[in-house]
Formats: sequence, C-alpha cells, structure tokens
Amino acid sequence: MIYSIPFYTVIILILVGMYAMIFRRNLIKMAIGLTIVESAVNLFLVTLGYREGGVAPIYTNLPSGIKIPEEMVLPVPQALTLTSIVIGVAILALMLSLSIMIYRHYGTLDSKKVRRLKE
Amino acid sequence: MNTDWLLQHSPALIIALPLLAAFLMPVVDRISRKARNVFAIIVLIVEEILVLFLAYDVFGGNPHIYTMGAANPLTTVPAQAAVPIRIVLEVDAMGIFMAMISATVCLAAGIYSLAFIGEEKGKGKYYTLLLLILVGMLGMELTGDMFNLFVFLEVLTIACTALIAYRSNTGDAVEGAFKFLIISSIAALFVLFAIALLYAQYDLLNMAALASAIQYSNLDKIALVLLVAAFAMKCGSVPMHFWTPDAYSVAPASITAILVAASQASLYALFRVCFSLYGVTLNLSTIGGALIIFGLLSMFVGVTMALPQKDIKRLMAYHAISQTGYMLLGVGVGLYLLTKPEFSTYGIKAMEGGIFHIINHAMYKGLLFLTSGAIFYRLKTRNLNEMGGLGHSMKWTAIFFIIGALAIAGIPPFNGFASKLLIYEAAYKVSPILSIIAMLVSILTLASFVKVFHSAFMGPKIHDVEEVPRSMLAGMAVLTFVIILFGLFPGWVVGNIVHPAAQALAEQAAYIQAVIGG
Repeated sequence: MIYSIPFYTVIILILVGMYAMIFRRNLIKMAIGLTIVESAVNLFLVTLGYREGGVAPIYTNLPSGIKIPEEMVLPVPQALTLTSIVIGVAILALMLSLSIMIYRHYGTLDSKKVRRLKE
Repeated sequence: MNTDWLLQHSPALIIALPLLAAFLMPVVDRISRKARNVFAIIVLIVEEILVLFLAYDVFGGNPHIYTMGAANPLTTVPAQAAVPIRIVLEVDAMGIFMAMISATVCLAAGIYSLAFIGEEKGKGKYYTLLLLILVGMLGMELTGDMFNLFVFLEVLTIACTALIAYRSNTGDAVEGAFKFLIISSIAALFVLFAIALLYAQYDLLNMAALASAIQYSNLDKIALVLLVAAFAMKCGSVPMHFWTPDAYSVAPASITAILVAASQASLYALFRVCFSLYGVTLNLSTIGGALIIFGLLSMFVGVTMALPQKDIKRLMAYHAISQTGYMLLGVGVGLYLLTKPEFSTYGIKAMEGGIFHIINHAMYKGLLFLTSGAIFYRLKTRNLNEMGGLGHSMKWTAIFFIIGALAIAGIPPFNGFASKLLIYEAAYKVSPILSIIAMLVSILTLASFVKVFHSAFMGPKIHDVEEVPRSMLAGMAVLTFVIILFGLFPGWVVGNIVHPAAQALAEQAAYIQAVIGG
C-alpha cells in the first residue's frame, strides 16, 4: 500500500494541473497548470525506476559485495526524466515569453479577453 | 563518394544535416545576407536529394535500419543485451514517404521565403527555426523509438510556436501561437505518460520490440487512448481542431504550408501507433470505427465551418481540417478491415487512397497557402471582402490558385481526384453512406473555392499591384509541378510509391522483423 502512494500522487497532480489549465482564465495560471502536469509525469517516470536497496550503475564507484547487474538500478527512467525536465523548461520559458507579449498587446492576461481571433 | 556508405548512413545524415545547418545559420548570417540565403537553399536542396536518394532504395524493397552509436549500424541488439537498447532509426516505405513530403514542402517554402520574409525582422533566425521544424518532422517520421518520437515532437512544437508568433508586432499572432503551444504541450505530455505506461510494463522503448511484446492489457488500453487523443489533437481532427484555424491563419504563409506537413507528421505517428505498435492486438472494429468517425466529423465540420469565413487563410485552414478527415477515413477503413478477408481487395485500396491523399494534400494545400501569402504580400490583408480583380495583374498567382483549387476539389486532371476516387470506391463497399458524405464534402469544397476565386481574382481591376517576386513564384511552381506530375501519372505513383507505403503500414510482422529478427 505504502508503495502505491506515489502513483496516487501522480493521478492527483495530473487532475489538479488539468483543472488549472481548463478552468483558470489567467494565462500564467495555465502555465503553472501545465508545469504541474509535467511534474506529475516526471514523478511517474522516477517512481517507475525506483528499486529498494538498488545502487547507481556507476561501475567505478560500486560498494563491495554488489551483485552485477541484479542489485543495480536501470538508469533509463532517470535519463528520460532529465530529458523531459529540460524540454519542460524550454516550453515554460516560451510560454511565459508569449504571455509577456500578450500582456503588451492586449493589456490583460485574462484568456476570455484575449480573443481577437474569434470571428 | 562511395554510394553504399552514403546509403547506409543516410537515415542519420538526413536528420543530422538540417540540425547542424540550423545552428550554423546564425554564424553564416553574420557573413552576409546573400551567403545566408544561398546556404539555406543549398541545405534544403541537398536534404531533398538525400531523401529522394534513400527513398529510391527503400521503395526498391529494402527497409533501412540505423542504430545510433553502434559500431555496425545494422546490429540493433547489442551483444550483452537481449533487446534493442540504443536508439534505432527504422526507415520503411511509409516513413520515407512522409519524409519526402516534409522535405519537398520545406524546400518550396524555403525558396518562397527568400522574398516573402522581409529583411528587417531577423531572417537568419527564421531560417534556423525553419530547419529545426524540418528536423522535428523528419525525426518523427524516421525514428523507431518511442521516446525519440516524443523528443522530436517537442522540437517540432517549440520551433513551430516560435514561427507562428513570427509577426509578434501583431497581438493575434502571439495569441495563435499561445493556443498552439498549450495544445501541443498537453498532447506531448499525454504521449510521454503513455510511453511511461508502456515502459512500466515491458521495459522497452523500441517500437518494434514493444510491438512484439504488447499484450493489450488494461494499461495498454489507457496508453492507446492517450496516444490516439494526443496525436489526433496535434493533427487537427474534429473535435480537437480549435487551434488549427487560429494558428494557421496568423502564421506567415510559408510557415502555414509547413504546418500542414507538421500536422501530417502527427497523423503519421497516429497511424504508426495504431498499425505498427498495436496492430492486430487491437480491437480493430472499435479503433478503426473511431478513426472513421473522427474522419467523417472532420470532413463535415471542417467544410461547413469553412463556407462562411471571410479571412482567406482561416477559410483554407478549415479546409485543411476537412481534408485531414479524408485521410482518417481512408486509413480508418483500412484499419477496420485489417484482419478481415476483404482487406486484400478493397481494404488496402482504402489505405492507398488515404495515404495518397496525405501527399496530395500537403502539395495542394501548401500551394494554396502560398498563393494566399502572395495576395497578403501585395495587399496586406487577409479579408476576402477587400480583395478583387487580382487576376488582371497577378496572372501567375491566379493560375497557381486555380490549379490548387481544382486539385483540392477533386477535379479530374489533378492529383486530388485520383486519391479521392480510391477512397470513394473503397468506402462505398464498407457503407455507401461514407462515400456519399465524402462526395458531398468535395462539392462543398469546390463551392467554397469558387467563392474565394471569384472574390479575390475576378471582377474589375481595383488594386494597382504587380506580380509577386520571382522567388515566391518559384516556390509555388515547385509544388505545382508535383501536383501536375501526380495528376498525370496517378497509376505509376500509386503502384510504385503509395502501395509500398500502405503495405509497410499494414504489415506489422515485417516491421518487427526488420529490427528484431534481422
């Protein structure tokens, strides 16, 4: 049961993030919602890679008496998470800079008022 | 140079060349404007030649495998492991077919941009981002690895967003880009979550290895729903189409033409997931039926929304949604029939129609967006009510527009007719109502483009304008050439290019065997 807590957290975080993106009208809050969803997915990836008592797979720095490769942790989920974090930062930076430009042109961050495109 | 060496390494080179060129572009930009323009066009032409070179070999019946970082690119499974661990590029007929579309559209748009994009606003960065879009598309189309697919999807998203907001001195461009970014990043997170769900069960990221292990358990079903929803959202299918008209209408016209190809890269990913990843384990009539319903809705809603539009690019964007419906319908019928005996007769025909329509649509819709850009270049407006009489002065643009409009409406000598006919015939055998709706949509499309042609080009001469610069005409001519070529020889194209692509998509076993069994 205790090991399922991270997975429940993931589900809750995704729901919170989606709620913020769908029902909040402030563009900055939408960006925050997106970041929360992204963190949830990252948490999910990291949780998948967890192994009780496992050690990092650095061959030059192993404690003695470790069975190779049974007691080592597969580094793929961590690699995926790192990539995903980097991409997430780029997306967030782009989104915030677009918000700044929208604020300059429209004078507001309310998504209901930013709709010059709607015919 | 040794052609065998080039052929073996071309899958990696196709992705690496524009990536390196993109980041060299700011350096070349500092030398002179002319050097930058020449560099950009040369890179795009070399890219096109490389893709066609590889395509010639792949359509000859050899799918290419390239393992990144391995001493021998053909050893997909390392000696110490039992499954593919490295990133594997898998180029089969379907992947290289899509790569041809991307490279051609980017070449045409690149030539067109020489005159279309003004010098004052960082054209060096414009070409950098254009090449990055090309990298994203080609990466998605050639990769055989789920996580790599996600990374290239994000590269594509970031580059597209920046270029949609290129005219950031107007508020609506930024607004369209923001919508695109929100939708794309949610879609990408869905994809990543689905990849994590699959990884959790099978410890695999390679698509072919996943396809051989997949069980269609409940978690797989959740992953499938996430993947289908995300890619359908990215390719602009109804009911997730709201970003399409906004983003397409505010982007510069050359970028809109590329965005069409970028949406199709997502469409390709959708088909790849359904056919090659899940394949026969799917509940085919449900998923195929869902694709058919997406297709019908997109076709009908797209065209009916297009009819009343006054903004020329918004109108064309709704038509892009409607045409995406044809592809979903054609390939959806194929998926619906995949394991049934009818597949070998008309199921494969439906898929050929849908896949042929992808390349046709990229060409004629790209051309139409470029002509709308030509009109915008001279008149500085997208509003149809302020146009008129342009046929007097912009003769070439008018001719290109007619060719594009007739092709999209499916009038016989042009390429749209060939693919639509294949879809009508095959869909009629499944249910006549599908064909009737498809034909009705085609007629409405014609009506809508007659309206555009009349209000933009016909009538007395109101505006005193000249023809657009030669490089813009050259960009449009590239796409027109392909349209006429495909319209004149549809039998050859279907037999030699489209049929192998459809076959590659349908045969999951061959896709798996190329990586694991080889």
